[in-house]
Amino acid sequence: MPNVGLFIPCYVDQLYPHVGIATLRVLRGLGLNVEFPQEQTCCGQPMANSGCDAAARPLAERFLEIFGKYDHVVSPSGSCVSMVRNHYDHWLHGKPRFEHVRDHTFELCEYLTDIAKVVKVDGEFPFKVGLQMSCHGLRELRLGRSSERMVAPFNKVRQLLSQLRGIEIVDLSRPDECCGFGGTFAVAEEGISCLMGRDRIQDHAKAGAEVIAGFDMSCLMHLDGLIRRTNQPQRVMHVAEILEKANLS
Amino acid sequence: MSSRSAILDSLRQNVPPAASLPAPITGISYVAPIKQFEETLTIAGGVLVRATGPQDLASALADIDVYTSAAKVASLVPGIPSRNVDLSAIDDPHDLEGIDVAVIPGKFGVAENAAVWIPGETLTPHRSIFVIVQHLILVVPASEIVDNLHQAYERIQWSPNSFGIFISGPSKTADIEQSLVIGAHGARSCTVILL
Amino acid sequence: MTGHAEKSAAFVADEDRTHWHDQSLWFVRTKRDRQASAIPEWEALREAASAIKTHTLSRLADYLEEFERNATANGIQVHWARDAAEHNAIVHQILASHGVTHLVKSKSMLTEECHLNPYLEARGIEVTDTDLGERIVQLRKEPPSHIVMPAIHLKREEIGELFHIELGTEKGASDPKYLTEAARGHLRSKFMGAQAGLTGVNFAVAETGGVVVCTNEGNADMGASLPKLHIACMGIEKLIPRAAHLGVFLRLLARSGTGQPITGYTSHFNGPLRGGEMHVVIVDNGRSRILGQEAFRRSLGCIRCGACMNTCPVYRRSGGYSYGYTVPGPIGSILAPQRDPQKYASLPFASSLCGSCTDVCPVKIDLHHQLLAFRKVLVDLKAVPLQKRLSMAVMGFVLSHPSLYRMGGGLMRVIVPRLPRSLVYGSWNPWGIQREIPPMPQQSFRDLIRKEPS
Repeated sequence: MPNVGLFIPCYVDQLYPHVGIATLRVLRGLGLNVEFPQEQTCCGQPMANSGCDAAARPLAERFLEIFGKYDHVVSPSGSCVSMVRNHYDHWLHGKPRFEHVRDHTFELCEYLTDIAKVVKVDGEFPFKVGLQMSCHGLRELRLGRSSERMVAPFNKVRQLLSQLRGIEIVDLSRPDECCGFGGTFAVAEEGISCLMGRDRIQDHAKAGAEVIAGFDMSCLMHLDGLIRRTNQPQRVMHVAEILEKANLS
Repeated sequence: MSSRSAILDSLRQNVPPAASLPAPITGISYVAPIKQFEETLTIAGGVLVRATGPQDLASALADIDVYTSAAKVASLVPGIPSRNVDLSAIDDPHDLEGIDVAVIPGKFGVAENAAVWIPGETLTPHRSIFVIVQHLILVVPASEIVDNLHQAYERIQWSPNSFGIFISGPSKTADIEQSLVIGAHGARSCTVILL
Repeated sequence: MTGHAEKSAAFVADEDRTHWHDQSLWFVRTKRDRQASAIPEWEALREAASAIKTHTLSRLADYLEEFERNATANGIQVHWARDAAEHNAIVHQILASHGVTHLVKSKSMLTEECHLNPYLEARGIEVTDTDLGERIVQLRKEPPSHIVMPAIHLKREEIGELFHIELGTEKGASDPKYLTEAARGHLRSKFMGAQAGLTGVNFAVAETGGVVVCTNEGNADMGASLPKLHIACMGIEKLIPRAAHLGVFLRLLARSGTGQPITGYTSHFNGPLRGGEMHVVIVDNGRSRILGQEAFRRSLGCIRCGACMNTCPVYRRSGGYSYGYTVPGPIGSILAPQRDPQKYASLPFASSLCGSCTDVCPVKIDLHHQLLAFRKVLVDLKAVPLQKRLSMAVMGFVLSHPSLYRMGGGLMRVIVPRLPRSLVYGSWNPWGIQREIPPMPQQSFRDLIRKEPS
């Protein structure tokens, strides 16, 4: 039975705690041994993406110290996991347990499909759902086929959600265009960021989505901010929150 | 130090790690290459005409409006005469201006992109003949349609100072609001006769 | 210094027009997808193109010498230019020595980079750009806004108005066919009267000593085959080793850039016209320096297809002029700060790092990784504002200290809900201009997990 360390991104911890609880419950529901090491804070992505490597490095080192002891590390965030798997190397290369941590840190959906090998999702979600395939999860972790690439289609999120009774996953006109969050981009290029976000919401709305579902709360936070400012009806939900009520096996 | 030396020295100082060439690519092949050629040529704004053989060429040409109605035709195809154009007397390529139609033989065609290969030695008396005329008719042996561009380049022999061109359809542009317009600077139409 | 965000503000303010621009470019992206999906070996082609470029760059000096040898044997005169100034002087010298007063030019982003046109015009040579899109922006005295579709930012009515003034077309006429026909006549007279033709180079082949130029209009052929003098300008990175490699690159180029299987004309210029001259000017202008940078050298593989621009959600919504550089979009945002880090410091940040560019690039340049890597370079050069660097340092400090982090988070969740709306959404809060902030939960995850059964 693997020892699973739960990594909760800083903004989920402080702003969307229910996403973290849902993630915990989904993993424990599979009978997994899940621990939340309290000393964790942040993967360092905001600093690293701003080019401030020196500010990010200590966070990478802390991450390794804190999570090195687990067999698996799971997080409800594609972008944070991408940070660990794809961008920690130049600080942590050669350090003890780094290769293990890098190769065993997973985003929630891919963990469920690839590692926990969930085949059955028994539950109900009678809503029209638009999938927000956030960019880091999609193009860095390959949680699905990105529309640019000519490879056999697959989508780990769809794989998990499609079994839910009553769910209808709607077809977007641009299935994987960026929502415009992009970290500090959301503020530094506020005009374009919000235009991108509003265009995404329009796409979901035109497709009839009642719920916009994703695996990155940061993107959903940005879309939700736009939705609530303009009084639109869509609800944003993390995949963990949708799966929480189901029985996975 | 000459610029040449400066540039080459700079490149040799900044050499990246060695890397080998990849293995050759096996390109797409079609069950019906001529059909693929025709479909692609049509999308590119061109027209395909089938003729049974060289003996059929004259009658195939007679069915092409721009050819029959043309005042001036330049032919580079043996057996098809020019009309009101004496190519041997044209010393200056600018004097090719005003020719309505050029009938030019192509060496082979490429199914994946409807391109026709025309080696430079075909383009007499001047290489601009294919672009300055108003309409193009290319004559290609039907047996010489390859599937893809890799096969195409295997066929091409390069000699010193040899010009060569792939022509795929007529001249076109979409520079105004992405609206496709046929006949930008070169040929307003391109008919390919497969013999 | 105004950066991308400031420059794009005016563009984005006209939301309808921005959506129109966005749709036009997205349409080209969908055409690319359709073409790419019809080729089962598409991803293998991209991998091969990437490998050929990597190999070529690892032996670039050797291949350039091979090219020069074979080009010279073809009767081509080969020139070398260290930088833009030298390039311009060489081109001018060739033209002046032939008494050229009128030059026709087909698309060359290199000559844009070197600002060749104003250089020649100041020395009494009339330069006519002959790509329809290039001619349109030339007449408007504007730079191109896209490297392949230079006038994509213009509406037909605006072009109609321009042609009415410059070419005498009917006032109010905006039909693209009518306008293109007018341009055909106008440019044909320029071709007929030119004494020299200058082309860019899509690919230079070391094995044959020749260059390949791709157009849809046929203007490179008109320009290079009517006058007796042909000048082809190329960056050192345009080289590929063998003619057979053209199969790989030509199958990728038009499909990626315009969504066509190939352009109308793919011309292989291996030497001068009978009785004519052909010159090739090989230009460095900073490229050899990039070759030495491990993080950025793959940007030299760029074949200038424009696919990254078409797919970039930011480029589509801000337009080429927001970048302020010859080449805009994702690749431009790496090339520009190479040229002038301070001036173009905003460009690598004008991206959400979505990675779509990397996935469409036909030569598999890791564009979004290079954009991120450049951010680090700019911070190290202190080209990023102090305020931003400081705030990141503070954030890093707080997040390295769990008790500080927890205290800060707790305070935020207690104080913010109690603040008046006008304070929360003041001008100090750019997030809040068009978005609500997330509702602040009473308890953090850390608080809630204590109540979960273990």
